Amino acid sequence: MTPAANLALESARRPETLKRVAIEPVTRVEGHGKVTLLLDAENRVQQARLHIVEFRGFEKFIQGRPYWEVPVLVQRLCGICPVSHHLAATKALDRVVGAPKLTPTAEKLRRLLHYGQTLQSHALHFFHLASPDLLFGWDAEPGRRNVVGVIEAHPEIALKGVRLRRFGQEVIRVLSGKRVHGVFAVPGGVQKHLARTDRDLLLKDIGQALLWCREAVGIARRLYLEDREENERFGAFHSNFVGLTAPDGCFELYEGGLRARDAKGGTIFDQVDPSHYLRHLHEEVKSWSYMKFPFIVALGNDEGWYRVGPLARVNNADRMPTPLAEEARADFRKLSEGPVQATMAYHWARMIEMLCAAELIRQLLEDPDLLEGDLLRGGERVPEGVGVIEAPRGTLIHHYRVDENDAIEKANLIVSTTHNNTAMNTAVREVAARYLSGHELTEGLLNRIEVAIRAYDPCLSCATHALGRMPLEVDLVDADGNRVSRIRRDGDGSIG
Amino acid sequence: MSGTFFLDDQEIPFREGQTVLEAALAAGRFIPHLCWRPELEPHSSCRLCTVLISGRPFSACTQPAMKGQRVVCDTPQLKDLRKAVTQMLFVEGNHFCPACERSGSCRLQAAAYHLGMQDSHFPHQFPVRERDSSHPEVNLDRDRCIRCELCVRASRQLDGKNVFGIHGRGVTSRLEVNAPSGLLRDTAIAAEDQAVAFCPTGALTVKRRGFELPIGERRFDRSDLATEVLEAFAAKEARHG
Repeated sequence: MTPAANLALESARRPETLKRVAIEPVTRVEGHGKVTLLLDAENRVQQARLHIVEFRGFEKFIQGRPYWEVPVLVQRLCGICPVSHHLAATKALDRVVGAPKLTPTAEKLRRLLHYGQTLQSHALHFFHLASPDLLFGWDAEPGRRNVVGVIEAHPEIALKGVRLRRFGQEVIRVLSGKRVHGVFAVPGGVQKHLARTDRDLLLKDIGQALLWCREAVGIARRLYLEDREENERFGAFHSNFVGLTAPDGCFELYEGGLRARDAKGGTIFDQVDPSHYLRHLHEEVKSWSYMKFPFIVALGNDEGWYRVGPLARVNNADRMPTPLAEEARADFRKLSEGPVQATMAYHWARMIEMLCAAELIRQLLEDPDLLEGDLLRGGERVPEGVGVIEAPRGTLIHHYRVDENDAIEKANLIVSTTHNNTAMNTAVREVAARYLSGHELTEGLLNRIEVAIRAYDPCLSCATHALGRMPLEVDLVDADGNRVSRIRRDGDGSIG
Repeated sequence: MSGTFFLDDQEIPFREGQTVLEAALAAGRFIPHLCWRPELEPHSSCRLCTVLISGRPFSACTQPAMKGQRVVCDTPQLKDLRKAVTQMLFVEGNHFCPACERSGSCRLQAAAYHLGMQDSHFPHQFPVRERDSSHPEVNLDRDRCIRCELCVRASRQLDGKNVFGIHGRGVTSRLEVNAPSGLLRDTAIAAEDQAVAFCPTGALTVKRRGFELPIGERRFDRSDLATEVLEAFAAKEARHG
């Protein structure tokens, strides 16, 4: 499918004459997304859109709140990656309090928290949300296609996934006091050191976690290569990639410069100070979606859209900072001479990142700086700060302006899912055109669209612990508004 | 006059001038309260310490202990009443514990836990209240004010500054700042004032110090409200005899 043909499916010429099919809510992601398809009389797809229909309002209601409250408040955006919001907000406010560079102890402790978050989030996505599709196939019986089904059929894989996630959450708990929505970072540093007893607790389990992470890379690799041709074709397209890298081009999750590369791997910009993100990244508004469409300014809104997240980061990095992850990256990059473009390759890249996070955790746990040293730093106050971090799902930007009374005056948050908006829509159009167009709709065909969305692990999935059994009702309506057929999936997973 | 009285079935000794609450605390019996502190004159506004004497409700914080008195405290009805009062304090303000810097050290939150409050029960009022962040060191967030007047009394009786007062009646009453501008920046309040320290919620806080204490080390992470109050009271009694 050519890019032009794909883009043509964004808006049908005469939508009023077409049948509308809605996948609402998209499952095994958080329940506030939907896909709409417009079909002609022969069931050919004429339009396909992913809509994020949630409205959160955080940027507005934190206005007027004291700035030190913000890292705790904004983490409530999400139940899976609150640590990312907590850290991105605190990084922005580090600048406001005049401490853009933390003490070595504080930075290492924040990194440990962040790597724990990356590990647990990636484990959750791969094992709980994505593995049912990957292990059972897209057309498998939907009542079985969930994490409970995986536990029954592949207990050895499922339990490792659960335990890996638990390990990541333990890292978060010992630092922030809670597995979800704890508190650790404060503007200018962190609250406390890692206790020796907690360090020893984590050291006891890190070897096993690392082993399982290696196995997970192997599973993702095997599943991808077993059906390589299909996986390279499914929801495939070429795009630019954006993410943070270290000054030397090394993979980076916490602190670095922004790098953008085009579909062939050529550099668009590199080592851009994240505070200057507005010079390089703009957002387009489209009338049919509540979510904006970011693009690289230098390329314009038609050509400048890009992807973020594991695939972007592994593609963009010149190397990984740890030996096992670097070995896995080199193997992964053999898939393509340029950047790997396949949507389904996200899963493999995600597991490479999880392995890297586990290796980095082990390195940090052996670092005595985590047990002692200065925790806080301050400096000259400035009114504005930007914090950028690589959250599990991609680049996360928090930007705040603080007034002279310490209250938030203005906030701008660009979350990972927003960056991937165009990419997810392109994948949805690609899958809709290739697999659904001209066919009688079945649950398995509709699931292909969800599989494409899930590969991006969108943040609308962050807050859910659902098991893929959300009620789903799809109506096929003719041009006159009469219902032609209905597929219904009940809360127990049964199809009627 | 001194002697003993009965708190439920327990005989409690008291000294001349002690209230039911003071005598109970001295004997190691906790009666829930929010607006009372041993350093300040009692106020009897939060009504959490309501007890029954001869079948009639009294505030234990203001009721003088009397010889032979029979005070009913720990009945299911009185516990329900205290819980309902606490629920009303929550719904009459805007208390967002998840993002509040006093969470874990807040007496209102601790009282709710102590009383087994599981939900708000009453409809939230979502009042529109003004925040005053004009002072360089002290923040006033009226959303969290329960109008207990601890700050009013502490500012007058301990700090000697008379910074606060309550204006209006009932649910529309509000904490006012004693300055022509109505703003904290035009008062003599300071971060170390007892008025700030005695605020049971996050209404009055010292700026830029929020979330200093890690979870696990906050006041009520380590002990519940009853233990904390009884230990503090015993320590004070030991100091002053």
